[in-house]
Amino acid sequence: MPDTPILLREERYHQIKAVLARLRMDSGARVVFLVDKDGQQIAVQGDVGNLDTTSLASLVAGNVAATEGMAQLIGEKEFPTLSHEGEKESIHISVIGRLLLVVVFDEKSSLGLVKLRSKQISRQLSTLFDEIVRDGCEDVDSPFAEITEEDIDSLFS
Amino acid sequence: MTFINYASREINCKIVYYGPGLCGKTTNLQHIFDATAPQARGKLISLATETDRTLFFDFMPLELGTVRGFKTRFHLYTVPGQVFYDASRKLILKGVDGVVFVADSQEERMDANVESLYNLEENLRAQGYDLMKLPYVLQLNKRDLPNVIPVEELKEELYRKGEPVVEAVASVGTGVFDTLKAVAKQVLTELRKG
Repeated sequence: MPDTPILLREERYHQIKAVLARLRMDSGARVVFLVDKDGQQIAVQGDVGNLDTTSLASLVAGNVAATEGMAQLIGEKEFPTLSHEGEKESIHISVIGRLLLVVVFDEKSSLGLVKLRSKQISRQLSTLFDEIVRDGCEDVDSPFAEITEEDIDSLFS
Repeated sequence: MTFINYASREINCKIVYYGPGLCGKTTNLQHIFDATAPQARGKLISLATETDRTLFFDFMPLELGTVRGFKTRFHLYTVPGQVFYDASRKLILKGVDGVVFVADSQEERMDANVESLYNLEENLRAQGYDLMKLPYVLQLNKRDLPNVIPVEELKEELYRKGEPVVEAVASVGTGVFDTLKAVAKQVLTELRKG
């Protein structure tokens, strides 16, 4: 199979959350979250309220995948950033390797500031994610190694 | 691609419903959505045309319960079945953990089934996957219609590798959860292998 499973340990999770919290503060954003290109939400930071972050993660990934397809049709590898500006709320997405950094912001911030701050932390997030991928490759005891037929069946009873 | 989060103690897996246009992929998801308690599932997102044909994908997160202290979340996706949406289908297969092929049992849809299954194998290959190694279920849908092909004949054309075969009438929910269970079981069994 082409992709390594993502195995996010507690320590790394908190490191990512700290980076996202800083970005949120520096950019004046409402919510900042990190998604992988398949639409899995990795971490979220900010005033989530009623925001359905699971659906948003899946749509962000679909959006990036579709625009990447368009980019390739015109001879580009990808479009590294995407922005959608609404009347009050806006979204900025940065593609960082296998990661998508999503910033939701309102009129208290600006696209220029969000772009700048996102770019500034992208290297740090990329390094952290490389470490997460390495964690996944290490030989560790999977919590599911001992999973039984009964465990699985119990989910459907 | 399975995502295991030790901090929130969650496993997230991606299942894709594939098949020809109008075979009932969205109907499967709609039934799961209608029959599941609201606290166990998220919204059903449907990116569809004005005539309710899937344009990009349908998506629904579903929580099945806890295994070994980890919440199991399945992200269910459908692909657009119409032939000309092939670019979209390829994208949705990225990171897939399990596939359900929904076949339309009606005689006049046999060629569409064969073409779609071939397209699935091609598109998986393009993403670096092999159908023979992936958790996979064959659902024979619309068994209630008068002009259906016998199960054995359908299997002769569509059966690939000893996968579970589920007869279904997705419009009333028959076979829908059996299908989901069959694919989820294989995905979780894969996790055991590590």
